[in-house]
Amino acid sequence: MNLAYSAEYERFRTEVRRFLGEHWNEAPSGAADSIADLTGAHVRTDARATAFRLLAIERGYLYRHVPRRYGGSEQPGDPLKSTIIAEEFRRARAPFEIMGQGPSMLVPTLLEHGTEAQKERFIRDTLLGTIRWCQGYSEPGAGSDLASLRTRAVLDDGHWVVNGQKIWTSNAREAEWMFALVRTEPEKAKHDGISYLLIEMNTPGIDVRPLRQMTGDADFNEVFLENARVPADNIVGRRGQGWVVSRSTLKHERALIGGAHLTRRTFDGLVMLAQAVERGGRPVIQDPVIRNRLAELEARLVAAEYHGYRLLTLSARGNDHGLGGMVTKLYSTTLGYDIAKLAMDVVGDRGLLAPGEPNAPAMGMFGLAYMWSLGVLIAGGAANIQRNIIAERGLGLPRDARK
Amino acid sequence: MDFGLSEDQVLLKETIRRYLGSECPTTRVRAIMESESGHDAALWQGLADLGVPGLAIPTPHGGAGLELLDLALAAEELGRACTPGPFLGCAMASAALLASEDSDAKARWLPAVASGRAIVTVALGEEGGVWDAAALTTRARDGRLTGRKLLVPAAAVADAILVAAQDGDGPGLWLVERGAPGLEVAALRGTDMTRRVAAVTLGDAPGVVVAGGRRAIDRARDAGLVLLAADAYGGARRCLDMTVEYALTREQFGQPIGGFQGVKHQLADLATELEPALSLWWYAAHAYDHIPERLERHAALAKAHLTDLYDRAARVATELHGGIGFTWEYDLHLWFRRAVFDRAFLGDAELHRLRAADLAGW
Repeated sequence: MNLAYSAEYERFRTEVRRFLGEHWNEAPSGAADSIADLTGAHVRTDARATAFRLLAIERGYLYRHVPRRYGGSEQPGDPLKSTIIAEEFRRARAPFEIMGQGPSMLVPTLLEHGTEAQKERFIRDTLLGTIRWCQGYSEPGAGSDLASLRTRAVLDDGHWVVNGQKIWTSNAREAEWMFALVRTEPEKAKHDGISYLLIEMNTPGIDVRPLRQMTGDADFNEVFLENARVPADNIVGRRGQGWVVSRSTLKHERALIGGAHLTRRTFDGLVMLAQAVERGGRPVIQDPVIRNRLAELEARLVAAEYHGYRLLTLSARGNDHGLGGMVTKLYSTTLGYDIAKLAMDVVGDRGLLAPGEPNAPAMGMFGLAYMWSLGVLIAGGAANIQRNIIAERGLGLPRDARK
Repeated sequence: MDFGLSEDQVLLKETIRRYLGSECPTTRVRAIMESESGHDAALWQGLADLGVPGLAIPTPHGGAGLELLDLALAAEELGRACTPGPFLGCAMASAALLASEDSDAKARWLPAVASGRAIVTVALGEEGGVWDAAALTTRARDGRLTGRKLLVPAAAVADAILVAAQDGDGPGLWLVERGAPGLEVAALRGTDMTRRVAAVTLGDAPGVVVAGGRRAIDRARDAGLVLLAADAYGGARRCLDMTVEYALTREQFGQPIGGFQGVKHQLADLATELEPALSLWWYAAHAYDHIPERLERHAALAKAHLTDLYDRAARVATELHGGIGFTWEYDLHLWFRRAVFDRAFLGDAELHRLRAADLAGW
C-alpha cells in the first residue's frame, strides 16, 4: 500500500501540467459548479475548446482507448495515467473528454460492432462533440424490463420504417442523432428480436416533446416515431443482435476517482452551509446532532473515495472489480441522498423554499439536489435492479424468475 | 499509487485463516468461552508461533517489523473466526510500549508479547464513559497508583497491565505487574464471551512509569480503534457469507429462500455497505504508520462506522436465518455478541463521531 505516485507517474503529471499551462491558460470562471458539473452543462465545444481537444488528443491525453484513425489517441491502457490526466484537466478546468452517451456508450459500441464506414463517419465527430447523441432505449412499457420494448422497425425498399415511442430521452432536443433499440423480428423470443439502429433526429416523422420532471425543469423528453424512414445500413451489428450489441462494455478505463470527487464537493458545501446557517443564535454546525450526522456521512464518503482507489488499483493490476464494482452506483446514490437530506435539515424550515428563491439559503440549491438524488437513484438501472445485480452476480443468489 | 494488499499480506491473511479454520472452529470457541478463564493458552501460543502478536513489533524487539495494517489484517481474520483471546489487549499494549521511551520496559516486555510468553494489556476506561487521557481520575504519586479502571480486556490473565493515570504532570502510563500489592482484578461478565473484561482496582499499588504525556495512551487507543474496525469488518463479512450460504440451502415455499427478492435485497444492501467500508479501515490503518496527521480522525470514523455496520450485519443475518438464528446452539449469536463488544469498547459510535467532528475543526 502506497498512496504516493512513483517517480515515473510524477514525471507524467508534471508533463500534463506543463501542457495545460502552455495551452489552456484561461482564468477559471467561478460560476461553473456542482449542478452544471453534474449535468455536464459546462462542457464546451466552441472552436477554441475543439482546437485544444485536438491538441490534447495529439499528445495522447484524451480518448486513449480509441484508435488514432478514428480520432482517438490510441494509448496503451494505464488507469493511473488516465486518473492523473483527469485530475489535472479538472484542476485546470480545461476541456476534457466530452461527457454524454455518445462518447461513453455509442463509441465503444461502434468500435466493437460497427462497420468501417460507420466508424469513420461517426466516431471522430462524436468525440469532438460536433455530433451529439441521445439514447433511445426506454419506453413507456419497457423500463427495468427493457427487452420488452415494442418500438418496431420494418424493412421497406432499403429503409427501416420505425414506429413507436421512446421516453426519458435526455438531450433529445439538442442531439443530431439517436442510437436506438427497436424490434425488427417480432416472431422471435424477446431478446432475440431487437436491432440497434442509428436514427437521424431530423428524419420526418420524429416528434420530440419535452417531459417535465418533478423539479419543474424538462431535462428529459418523449420521442415519438411515426413512419420514420431510416436507411437500411444504419443498423449496427446484425439483425436481431441489437441486445448483444447494446451490451458492449466500456472498453476505456474510466477515471474511477471522479464520482467521489463530486460527492466530496457537495459534502464540503454542506459543511459550509451548516457553518453559515444559524439557529437559536448559533451556527447549526455546533449542534451535536448535526455534527454526529456529518461525521457519519463523512465516514461513508471517505469509504467511497478510497474504494475508488482500491478499484483503480485492481484495474492497474489487471484484476476485475467483482462485487466492488457492482455496488458503486447504489452506494453513491444512497450517500448523495443522505447528504442532500441533511442539507435540508440544516436549513430547517427554510427548506420549504423553492430552488432559486433568493431568500433561501444557498438559493435553495440543496432542494434541487434533494430532488435530483431521486432522479439518479432511478436513472441508468433503478436501485432494485442494482440490488438484483449485486445479489445475483455478486453474491451468487438465484436469479429472479423472468419471462 | 497502490491501494491494495501486497502478496505477503494476502498470504498472511490466508495463513491465519487456515490456522483458525483448523484450530479454532466454533466448537472450540464455545469451549473456551464457557471455560472459567475464557483463555486457551495453547491457541494463543499457536497464534504467537504464527507471529500474530508481534506483527507490528520491530524486529529488534522480537517482532516481524511490519505495520498496523498487517496487524489489522490479522484482527480481521480473528474477527471472522470469532477467535477468543487477549489479542486486543496485547496489541494496544504493544502500541503503547512502542510509543514509550523506556528502553528497559520495551526490552523486557515487547519480545515477551511477540513470542506469546507474556500477556500485557492496557487499562484505559473509567466510570462515566471515560476513554480520554485528559479525563482520567486514577492518580499516580511516587510510583503508587490509586483508582478504578473499568472494562480492562484480558486483565485476569495478564502478566502486566499498563495503567493510564494522571500525576502532577498530567497523564501517563504506569506498568503494574500481576500480583502487585493493592492490585485487584475482578472479572466482569461480558455479552461477548470471547474477549473477557475485568474491573481493575488500584489501592496504592506499585507501578513503574513507562510513558509520560498522552501520546502513548493515544497511540494505544488509535491502534485499538483501527483493530476494532478490522475485527468488525471480518465479523460482518462472516455474517454476510454465512447468511448467503444459508439462503442458498434453506428452502421454504418450495425454493431456496435466497431466491426471494426480500432476502436478496437485504443481503445486497448489506454487501453494498460493507464493500466500500473495507477501504475506510485500510486507510485508517495505513495512516497509523504513514499519515500521522490524519490518523486520529480517520481511526475514529472507521471505528464508529464499521462497528455500526457490524451490528447491522449481525442483526440482518439473524433475522434472515429465522428461528434457528435465535437459538443458543446455532453460532450466529457469537458474532452478534462480538459486535456488541466492538461497538462499545473504547467508546461508542457517537462519541467517536463527535471527536471526529471536533478534529475536523467544524
